[in-house]
Amino acid sequence: MTAADIVGPLTRSAAQPRPRRRQSLVGYLFLLPWFGGVILLTAGPLLASLYLSFTNFDLLQAPDWVGLENYIRMFTADTRFMRALWVTLTYVLLGVPLNLAFALLIAVLLNQKVRGLGLFRGIYYLPSLLGGSVAIAVLWRQLFGRDGVVNEALSVFGIVGPNWIGMPQYALYTLILLHVWQFGSAMVIFLAGLQQVPGELYEAADIDGASNWRKFWSITLPLITPVLFFNLVLGIINSFQAFTSAYIVSGGTGGPADSTMFYTLYLYQQGFSNFRMGYASAMGWVLLAIIAAFTAVNFLASRKWVFYGDER
Amino acid sequence: MTDIPASGAGTRLGIRPRRVVTYAILIAGAFLMIYPLVWMVFSSFKLDRQIFSDPTGLPSSWNIANYFEGWVATTPSFTRYFVNSFIVCLGAVIGNVLACSLTAYAFARLEFPFKRTLFTAMLLTLMLPSHVLLIPQYVLFVNLSWVNTYLPLIVPKFLATDAFFIFLMVQFIRKIPRELDEAAIVDGAGPFRVFTSVIFPLLQPAIITTVIFTFIWTYNDFFSQLIYLTSPDQLTVPVGLRSLVDSSGGSYGQLLAMSVLSLVPTFVVFLIFQRRLVEGIATSGLKG
Repeated sequence: MTAADIVGPLTRSAAQPRPRRRQSLVGYLFLLPWFGGVILLTAGPLLASLYLSFTNFDLLQAPDWVGLENYIRMFTADTRFMRALWVTLTYVLLGVPLNLAFALLIAVLLNQKVRGLGLFRGIYYLPSLLGGSVAIAVLWRQLFGRDGVVNEALSVFGIVGPNWIGMPQYALYTLILLHVWQFGSAMVIFLAGLQQVPGELYEAADIDGASNWRKFWSITLPLITPVLFFNLVLGIINSFQAFTSAYIVSGGTGGPADSTMFYTLYLYQQGFSNFRMGYASAMGWVLLAIIAAFTAVNFLASRKWVFYGDER
Repeated sequence: MTDIPASGAGTRLGIRPRRVVTYAILIAGAFLMIYPLVWMVFSSFKLDRQIFSDPTGLPSSWNIANYFEGWVATTPSFTRYFVNSFIVCLGAVIGNVLACSLTAYAFARLEFPFKRTLFTAMLLTLMLPSHVLLIPQYVLFVNLSWVNTYLPLIVPKFLATDAFFIFLMVQFIRKIPRELDEAAIVDGAGPFRVFTSVIFPLLQPAIITTVIFTFIWTYNDFFSQLIYLTSPDQLTVPVGLRSLVDSSGGSYGQLLAMSVLSLVPTFVVFLIFQRRLVEGIATSGLKG
């Protein structure tokens, strides 16, 4: 017994007869705060919102069971919901690829042993740190307003620009641009990935007389596909949940003409302006399903294009 | 390093125009990236008239009144909003550091049944959109009479709901040699002593990353502060700034001045911890 006490910890996962039960208890003890969070703030609310999604609920009266009505109404009768879905899909499907393209471009350029790397990296990274704030959304309103800087710049070329955030056909694109502007964090992740690419590969390619373009397509890109995949998955999950920019730029309305009605903004309006909390819960579950579907497709598709080299 | 430029930099500029293109793109891009922020600072010193008549120029006079007037344009003033924001951030930071490090230690070092399952569950919560939990959480906090207090913003952090940081710390603890734990155990330390005197001190780099990101995310978080804080006295900087947007009296110059000030804390953290921020993102894939 005493031998086991001494040897046990040294061989860690090997048999530890006596302390096992106690250690389990200690393990759970350390997890107590997390358990509390999971039960009270994650698993509990997850199930509760599933239940609420089948009810009409306004916070004051008890939930009233309506079966699938909320879900059916969403996809058949609620044109604003379909509009919000479309706006958000446009935002994600344009914003995320553009964001990643710029991130990769700048990361590749910065990886060529440039001088002032730290300064460049800082400048490119800064917008992604500040960009989600209310202040930057306020700034965007000013930049793309009728008398904003963008139109001032266009007037140099003789173009009279519209009030970009006031026109339904343009407003969403200013928000997409705001998202693209924040490519810095993805760029930093790309840069870390690029620095892992072994230099010998490029030297070998040089000997074979490969062009830079060829080296990028045949060496760089395949080797950083895991990083690209990671950025893509995270980018999609995050941008489906975008809220602040649309809320501030549209003054909380999602306008003009619902053109900036992000999914989360509509959910907020339903839940906290109209107090249709059952409907908002159903929207939450649909959002979860959409994000899960996108993530699953991403993972399935990744088998075709993500290259894990000798790692596995 | 220093002897290469003699033969390298001078000739390279001549021989390889590609290098020039690289720098041209990088500099032009950097200018575009930073210009909106510079414009914002310049405009915050302009009179409203000049913001619209001459949006791209330098301020004709550095009109600091925007800052003084903007600061008190709301009731209560921005003093209150900043104090409130820092209270929330402080609570969130302490909560995340304590709860996430305890949780991470258990996952990284202790053995207990269902560890793998629980760890997977923890990772899955990373992908869970918060909106699916929103309504029941709100109902819970209403029933606890916590709405319009900072508790809904702080207490969840003490329950380790930010799985990002747990994951970050687990990764870090796994790199700490187990021999250190074992030496302490041989000296008679229990799991809690190992945690407080071995793991927690060595975890410092991961904890600093957690502190920085918790601060920035909490400080910039708009959605939950919009939902849970309603009375003017409780407002934080993001929701306070929104109320300045909504009040028609606020001038554009004042609005921009307060926007600039609201970015200062994040910017200062960026200046001091830039290297750490970049490393934190690069190693763990945190979303900046």
